[in-house]
Amino acid sequence: MKIHEYQAKELFRKFNIPVARSGVAFSKEEALKIADGLGGFPVVVKAQIHAGGRGKGGGVKLAANPEQLLTIVDQFLGMTLVTHQTGPEGRIVRKVLVEAGQSIDKEYYLSLLVDRQTEKIVIVASQAGGIDIENVAEKTPEKIIKVHVDPLLGIQGYQMREVGFRLGFPALAMKQLYALLFNLYKFFVEYDASLVEINPLILTSAGDVLALDAKVDFDSNALYRHKDLLELRDFGEEDPMEVEASRYNLNYINLDGNVGNIVNGAGLAMATMDIIKNAGATPANFMDVGGGASSQQVENAFRIILADPKVKAILINIFGGILRCDVFAKGVVDAARKTGVNIPVVVRMEGTNVDMGKQILTESGLNLTSASDLLDAAAKIAAAVN
Amino acid sequence: MSIFVNKDTKVVVHGITGKEGSFHARACIEYGTKVVAGITPGKGGQKMDEVPVFDTVSQAIKETGANTSLIFVPPPFCADSIVEAVDGGVKLIVAITEGIPIMDMLKVKNYLTTKACRLIGPNCPGIITPGECKVGIMPGKIHKKGNVGVVSRSGTLTYEVVDQLTKAGLGQSTCIGIGGDPVTGTNFIDVLAAFQADDETHGIVMVGEIGGNAEEQAAAYIKEHMTKPVVGFIAGLTAPPGRRMGHAGAIISGAGGTGAAKIRAFKENGVHTCENLGEIGRICKTIF
Repeated sequence: MKIHEYQAKELFRKFNIPVARSGVAFSKEEALKIADGLGGFPVVVKAQIHAGGRGKGGGVKLAANPEQLLTIVDQFLGMTLVTHQTGPEGRIVRKVLVEAGQSIDKEYYLSLLVDRQTEKIVIVASQAGGIDIENVAEKTPEKIIKVHVDPLLGIQGYQMREVGFRLGFPALAMKQLYALLFNLYKFFVEYDASLVEINPLILTSAGDVLALDAKVDFDSNALYRHKDLLELRDFGEEDPMEVEASRYNLNYINLDGNVGNIVNGAGLAMATMDIIKNAGATPANFMDVGGGASSQQVENAFRIILADPKVKAILINIFGGILRCDVFAKGVVDAARKTGVNIPVVVRMEGTNVDMGKQILTESGLNLTSASDLLDAAAKIAAAVN
Repeated sequence: MSIFVNKDTKVVVHGITGKEGSFHARACIEYGTKVVAGITPGKGGQKMDEVPVFDTVSQAIKETGANTSLIFVPPPFCADSIVEAVDGGVKLIVAITEGIPIMDMLKVKNYLTTKACRLIGPNCPGIITPGECKVGIMPGKIHKKGNVGVVSRSGTLTYEVVDQLTKAGLGQSTCIGIGGDPVTGTNFIDVLAAFQADDETHGIVMVGEIGGNAEEQAAAYIKEHMTKPVVGFIAGLTAPPGRRMGHAGAIISGAGGTGAAKIRAFKENGVHTCENLGEIGRICKTIF
């Protein structure tokens, strides 16, 4: 689960991770009030959306006086911000962070994440912080420092020193960096984060270390033990259909094509999308109803996909293991009747009680096309939309 | 022979009195698996059908000689259950549970590296040696005894592959789902090495997915260490790239992780590559 920068910074404050003074504003008036409270200009205005690349995309601006502040906030609120991480459709800006301007001496990059390969928590740091870090990683990987922390031991003193010395951190600021690393690691572990990224981490001209940005992603499997985080979820940043699907524990991603599909199991769902594409059609979604989904789940899935106006046909691909084909077929027939489906539906079933399942579909009198195997299903669905 | 499980495997089911646990324990028994014990703390002394239930793993091992754990415990308690099995002394743990926090699995995995115990999963369908032993939730009926080893990251996709193999007349030595989570107990290379050493396995089907770089590493291992033919499939080749939040993921994985990179790694390392799931049975028939 992603949160906004302003929310992440509030959490940082609780863990004594130094951030600049700031506040979140939903209107021009609020922005002005916050700037007053910060004790003067310049202030930085940062669009709050769940994506990186805001600086390059024009979502971060400096205001030297109240007039400039009002102009910038007016421009930001309601605008669609496109960055290389939002996709071409961009995101609507609904709030801005107003932060005290800083005099920056040096910018660094710092992040913590779970490294799948080593199965450790890895600290990633670079002297070449700022908006071009992706370029740095690609062209000069030797400038990226990686230190792996054993989750059973936690972060060690020498590991913090290694980050500090390899970053070439000035001796006077080293203690501040160690405290920040220690607290950041603590934050990461205690809150079950999967990513914490500070870009840039800055050294001010006064010699202080500050997290000037904060990007945090949490492990959704661990949210049950962090009830306070649930309140930070911003549904406005998510696809409404995906939100609806998540209410029913359906694993759904909205895509651009016109072939809706319902599959049990994530791997099979991905492979089914591939098959649709190979046959010359394009999937409208990824939908995994779960390996052992109930007929109720199938009905929910059906409803969500039918609500998508771009869907011109539906392919259902079920491998019945725990989920028996006869139970599943009943779910499809019920769902089709209730929703009054009026587009072609191709059903391919295999596994436990498949013959009973096929019989139920045939006897339903509904316009459901049965497919004998995957290749047949792909050919039939492509014929239906092309 | 076969790998990891056979007719001598004695299973203790964690969470045997729960809905999932009892349902699948019964299906395993029906398949012929020796399910010798169950665990539900507080229900020691009871029975699930004919299976004695114990409060702790160490008791179950002492009384029944169980050597393999099959875990259905809910996510908040699953890491604890895995560690209890490790400390109890079983040699193999199969964790079916989906949704374990990654921080829990990181700790468990790093603990396991110091122990002589194998974990399969979590978030997996389990393992089956057809005709001998099923420790998992896969439908037993689609399998057939034979000489193809199957290793996969997913559940129903594995069933699809096995079903096509069986229909093409190709039986299986052992089929393993290693699980789709970022941190898993057993990886592709562990299984490939075991299949290479197993006399009964003549060829291998490896079913991967986009994301991570386990398939690329496995492909390099295959070229270096395997003499048996391997057929590879990757699910998600046409999936649009995910919208990343930070830069960190990209920094770690570099160019790896995409379907195209995995297919290229397969082809460059002598893995027979299947690009359409509908044809995997036919392709295996030609190669094996």
